[in-house]
Amino acid sequence: MSYYDPKDLRKFANITEWSEELGTKFFDYYGKVFEEGALSAREKSLIALAVAHTEMCPYCIDAYTVDGLQRGITKEEMMEAVHVGAAIKSGASLVHGVMMMNKVKKLDG
Amino acid sequence: MTKLKTQSLHKRDSELAKAQKQVDFLSNGIFEEGDLPRFAEKLQETQQFPLKPKPLEILQINVGYMCNQVCEHCHVDAGPDRKEIMTRETMKQCLEVIKTSGAHTLDLTGGAPEMNPDFRWFVEEASKAGIQDFIVRSNLTIIVANKKYHDLPEFFKKHNIHVVSSMPHWTKGKTDKQRGDGVFDASITALKMLNEVGYGMPGSDLKLDLVYNPSGAFLPTNQASMEKDFKKALLEDFGIHFHSLFAITNLPISRFLDFLIASDNYEDYMYSLVEAFNPAAVSNVMCTNTLSVSWDGWLYDCDFNQMLELKVASKVKHISEYNEDILNNRNIVISQHCYGCTAGAGSSCQGSVA
Repeated sequence: MSYYDPKDLRKFANITEWSEELGTKFFDYYGKVFEEGALSAREKSLIALAVAHTEMCPYCIDAYTVDGLQRGITKEEMMEAVHVGAAIKSGASLVHGVMMMNKVKKLDG
Repeated sequence: MTKLKTQSLHKRDSELAKAQKQVDFLSNGIFEEGDLPRFAEKLQETQQFPLKPKPLEILQINVGYMCNQVCEHCHVDAGPDRKEIMTRETMKQCLEVIKTSGAHTLDLTGGAPEMNPDFRWFVEEASKAGIQDFIVRSNLTIIVANKKYHDLPEFFKKHNIHVVSSMPHWTKGKTDKQRGDGVFDASITALKMLNEVGYGMPGSDLKLDLVYNPSGAFLPTNQASMEKDFKKALLEDFGIHFHSLFAITNLPISRFLDFLIASDNYEDYMYSLVEAFNPAAVSNVMCTNTLSVSWDGWLYDCDFNQMLELKVASKVKHISEYNEDILNNRNIVISQHCYGCTAGAGSSCQGSVA
């Protein structure tokens, strides 16, 4: 059995029940973030999808795949967004190779 | 050349081709077990039960289920194999109603309405009645399907028809996936032909609107933002103009219901619809200002009820005995598919309603 149940996503709003003030503030903030602004809601949806993958959050992947489909975002666009996230994630690992190189050079010339 | 995407449920001898099977399915399962409230309960919660009609504004006539396409999610289960076609006799009964009805809009649909052999005669006769808004729902590909249809843009123009056409996406891949290989290219050609005679052009009185419905088990997003994306893409990629985009939710009936069940999406989809229930959309759902007439003259609260064979709950049930006063006193027939019209910004044949 998995710790994750897809049905739990539907219960997300229920977190407000145990802390109404903080829950409400969070959802107000969340809603505001995704409104049309300097970035379009469509662009924000693709950013959210990429971050959902780097965070490896099943709920977020579920939510922002559906959101993308609803907005008419194509699967090609979604996959490119996921690659952007993956590239940053792998780049973030790889760039630490410089630390390794520095250390090797310091210790072993 | 377009290819058929699938076969109609009727052609496949599917159990779901029977309207009663669909009605039973929508009444049982998650709704019978109490996981989700029935639509009537939801209306009661918001003091909107029973649902009553307002004065009639739109008369929608389905002139037949025959179509040159077999789209994956068609709520009519239309296709080349469907032989249900409105006769000239029934059209004459409709014309009598059109002349006396208070409706300001006449809305012809199908199938592909143009495939009815009496379609042009009916349009010519109906246009004499001086209707404010005369809509024909054209699937676009019919215009290029055969030489005999190539002059449809001119014919529409001559009778000042308001053309409303399905276009599931601005890309070929998503459109053909839902409607069949070649449909996107044929639709683009047809849209260009309509633009050439003035349809959809900025400032033109020749109205050309597009209908978007999602290609899968998800709801449409905000209509205005979809319209913006559609306009930008169709203009940049093909130089095509149109006026408005109507975003329509797929209702869980007929071939879309079959798809939901087969793809194990039915429960999640119904949860999405129920969660998105918007009480404000209820007062403007299309069954409150529309009557739907079937190919054989029966009356329904909407095109969806027609496909589920849920006739109007009125003493008057057929176009031949039409009486607007009696019909206006009816209660609207509802079931769980109605959640499709009240989700989010609401949905109707004219797009969002809330």
